[in-house]
Amino acid sequence: MTAKVVTIASGKGGVGKTTSVANIAVALASRGQKVTCIDGDIGLRNLDVILGLENRIVYDLVDVIEGRCRLRQAMIRDKRLSDLYLIPAAQTRDKSAVSPSDMVRLCDELRPEVDWILIDSPAGIERGFKNAIAPADRVLVLTNPEVSAVRDADRVIGILEAEGKGPASLIINRLNPSMVRRGDMLSVEDVLDLLAIDLIGIVPEDENVVVASNRGQPLALDGKNKAGQAFQNIARRLMGEKVPFLDLDPQNVFQRLLGRK
Amino acid sequence: MMDFLFRRKKSANSAKERLQLVLIHDRTDLTPAQLESLKDDLIATISRYIEIDPTAVSINVAQDGRQQRLVADIPLKSAIRRRAR
Repeated sequence: MTAKVVTIASGKGGVGKTTSVANIAVALASRGQKVTCIDGDIGLRNLDVILGLENRIVYDLVDVIEGRCRLRQAMIRDKRLSDLYLIPAAQTRDKSAVSPSDMVRLCDELRPEVDWILIDSPAGIERGFKNAIAPADRVLVLTNPEVSAVRDADRVIGILEAEGKGPASLIINRLNPSMVRRGDMLSVEDVLDLLAIDLIGIVPEDENVVVASNRGQPLALDGKNKAGQAFQNIARRLMGEKVPFLDLDPQNVFQRLLGRK
Repeated sequence: MMDFLFRRKKSANSAKERLQLVLIHDRTDLTPAQLESLKDDLIATISRYIEIDPTAVSINVAQDGRQQRLVADIPLKSAIRRRAR
């Protein structure tokens, strides 16, 4: 096995990076892939709670880097999916505890063990972000259809190009199809026009995301809701499958129900 | 006209238009004021070689995918006269 290292970044905070990493990881693992996700947000870790693994942390990323434990000891195995692991961030340290070359070394050690390494980048474009993209083979830029998130995504895409980490792929998260219809939200086409990069996923806004985070059970675990399906589709596209984008327009769904489409 | 009919422009359109301008400046690190002074310098330089109409010069940053392009339209004086005839 030689893992592909995929980093998820957004520039702006609160657009859904951690939720996306958790769900894409779950989706890949549910398809028989061996996945390790790394929480890159040192000092503000959250991937552990979103995955529901917060009670099982003994060692963290900084412990591995500073040699207090072996890599395997810091990998928490998920209880639902036996091929899913988490390396949590340290909570009581700051970003300067890790360097980009530490991350490259750690990922190189991990690569033979798994199929995928997913890195959850912290918000911002400073040290934590630089750490998260250093080992990346591929970067997924996450945005919301909203001015500040799109602007920050553009900055991140620019930096990735400058650092030779491009071309990035885009995930548009929290799309509200009825607002788009009303003309009160940027559409997928608008965002693609502005950012001019390839699209790898469209995730609709979904209340179930909050419910799932309350429970620590990522919603991609059951494929019934739209957001979960969207994350499953992103996983399939990462694996090289051609998957059409979900039709999220409520009117089209209505027309289909009436048999008019 | 459309604004009048729909009472108010759709907010998604405002978002897109505003972002288009913001991204151009973010990507090029060029403020509208700097672009204006670049235009003045360009007019001064070109005028030393050939006669142009300074009021007809337009300089813009155009987008081509993720490529930024500085596009200048500089009509020559003689061309203007010919066109007028």
